[in-house]
Amino acid sequence: MTAKSLFEKVWQDHVVVPETDDTPAVLYIDLHLIHEVTTPQAFNVLRERGIRVRRPDLTLATMDHSTPTVPVTSLKDLDVVAEGSAARQIRQMIENCREFGIELHGFDRDTRGIVHVIGPELGATQPGKTIVCGDSHSSTHGAFGALAFGIGSTEVGHVLATQCLLQRRPRTLAVNINGQLAAGVTAKDIILALIAKIGVDGGTGHVIEYRGSTVAALDMEQRMTICNMSIEAGARAGMMAPDETTVEYLRGRPMAPQGADWDAAVKRWLALPSDPGASFDREVSLDASALEPMITFGTNPGMAIPVTAAIPERYSGPSFRKAMEYMQVEAGKPMLGKPVDLVFIGSCTNSRITDLRQVASVLRGRKVADNVKMLIVPGSQAIKQQAESEGLDEVFRAAGADWRESGCSMCLGMNGDTVPAGQLCVSTSNRNFEGRQGIGARTVLASPLTAAAAAVSGSIADPRTLETRQ
Amino acid sequence: MEKLTRLESRITLLPANDVDTDQIVPARFLTTTTRAGLGKALFADWRYDAAGQPKPDFVLNQPEAADSKVLVAGNNFGCGSSREHAPWALADFGFRAVISTAIADIFRNNSIKNGLVPVVVDQATHEWLMANPWETVTIDLERCELVLPDGSATSFPLDGFSRYCLMEGIDQLGYLQQQSPAIDRYEEQRPWKP
Ligand code: SF4
Repeated sequence: MTAKSLFEKVWQDHVVVPETDDTPAVLYIDLHLIHEVTTPQAFNVLRERGIRVRRPDLTLATMDHSTPTVPVTSLKDLDVVAEGSAARQIRQMIENCREFGIELHGFDRDTRGIVHVIGPELGATQPGKTIVCGDSHSSTHGAFGALAFGIGSTEVGHVLATQCLLQRRPRTLAVNINGQLAAGVTAKDIILALIAKIGVDGGTGHVIEYRGSTVAALDMEQRMTICNMSIEAGARAGMMAPDETTVEYLRGRPMAPQGADWDAAVKRWLALPSDPGASFDREVSLDASALEPMITFGTNPGMAIPVTAAIPERYSGPSFRKAMEYMQVEAGKPMLGKPVDLVFIGSCTNSRITDLRQVASVLRGRKVADNVKMLIVPGSQAIKQQAESEGLDEVFRAAGADWRESGCSMCLGMNGDTVPAGQLCVSTSNRNFEGRQGIGARTVLASPLTAAAAAVSGSIADPRTLETRQ
Repeated sequence: MEKLTRLESRITLLPANDVDTDQIVPARFLTTTTRAGLGKALFADWRYDAAGQPKPDFVLNQPEAADSKVLVAGNNFGCGSSREHAPWALADFGFRAVISTAIADIFRNNSIKNGLVPVVVDQATHEWLMANPWETVTIDLERCELVLPDGSATSFPLDGFSRYCLMEGIDQLGYLQQQSPAIDRYEEQRPWKP
């Protein structure tokens, strides 16, 4: 029997109709995550053609992108806090879910949250599944050994109608990460270093498998941070082998299998890792022990450097100059010490409980600098409750940070939480594109530790210089 | 979706590299619940000033762009967010093809479903295009070729199924629905249920 990779095993298990030279494969989808922004047009098509949703039971719906992060307890509140078209979109989502019989984790539910945070949290994300969402950060779920990728709204319609997608088989890229991380260096730094190394199109056409001792030693939340940003390297998806850490994370979660089903599932999951000798179309390696905390200096996630380094002068060309101008930074100079206006902790990359605990370890007993506004947005209502039960909210408030309801918030600034033009924001999110956080916003991506260090220092800072307090 | 076999058009040059879909359509325009009318939002932050007035030096605001159907972008186009609003906006503005040295996967998939041809060319062809603003080129889907004014042709990759869908104006949902007997069988026979 030929050695198969994790990707090949999951792919083959879901082929309904194999691909040919002339036609793509029909691939079955086990879990379809939906949210308010990329689904209205898909539901419209279903409605126009009189098609019902084939498997509402395999569809997990929430609202996150355009939702306010101030409390909304009734739809009446919504009009007060949300801008007109955002409120309409949210109402449309509620209506669509009702009409097509899909359970919605909406405002009235404490299971609501960012779609890529609640999938794993509810145990709906499982090894060996195919998972899609009209959202590019669907790659997050690959941390469990699922094949998960982002799709457009037309494809959302395809999945709603048929629970299948037409797909060409992607190529595979093995990323070997070995070595022990130094103190103050986290998963976010690994993925930023990788994207800086292979480029924002380094993974195009490929599914990445992250392998090696560093990955095996990470907890699930850190693994999700890495897989989340696979798309920022252009990859179709990112995957990691399921292991005991994966199994322990899922045990007892509401949508995870129970009883005898659980035992059978665990057996199936633990057989998924790539066989020894499985081949990949490409391979790259990263020495994790050499990594430092990373930050971005430009307008895409590949423009990243160690926090203590100077902006490299090796780049050139009009696009690079435009990025430098937009960011108001200079090649040859460090980012360290640059004054910061805003710090955003949140997004599907870094808004989970361990991220918040790290932020608290820096903020405890310290104050957010006078020149800085700090916004902390938990990834889900469940994380919010957990953080509050641990007293983290008090640490945040005492430091002078703003503690909010869950949602995408300032990651993409659709809900009114935006960075004012020209201001510099250190953000734990995943995209530093021009205008991503608001028109003219200047975004610096960093880990929760580095972002928190910037908040208390008032400028870009090395988290390793601050003692953390548990 | 309109059928497309051959497209002859003036090229519009957008030399920026790594253009992401947040630039193509900024997030604040995503609260729409329809596909129509997004042409106005296309490259909004590059195209309009703070007062909402068109910036005269931005390429889409130049009169030649008005009837151009082919956008030539810098290296690696369409990365980032999966928003299909990006091809919707390009198509609504009037583009039927995008040329670059690399095109991001999700954007590529979304484009084909909206009659927008993704054309990936080699560096040399790309450099020629970038040096010749508003020249007229032909995109021939029958042969998957980009034909330059001197008659020289470069082929570009496009799988048979995508090409067929673009040429016949086919909507893939109908094709997928025809697979339902196989989907029923798969659901019944698979060894484990999600
Ligand atoms: S948090 Fe940001 S990246 Fe994640 S799903 Fe929301 S908008 Fe997208």
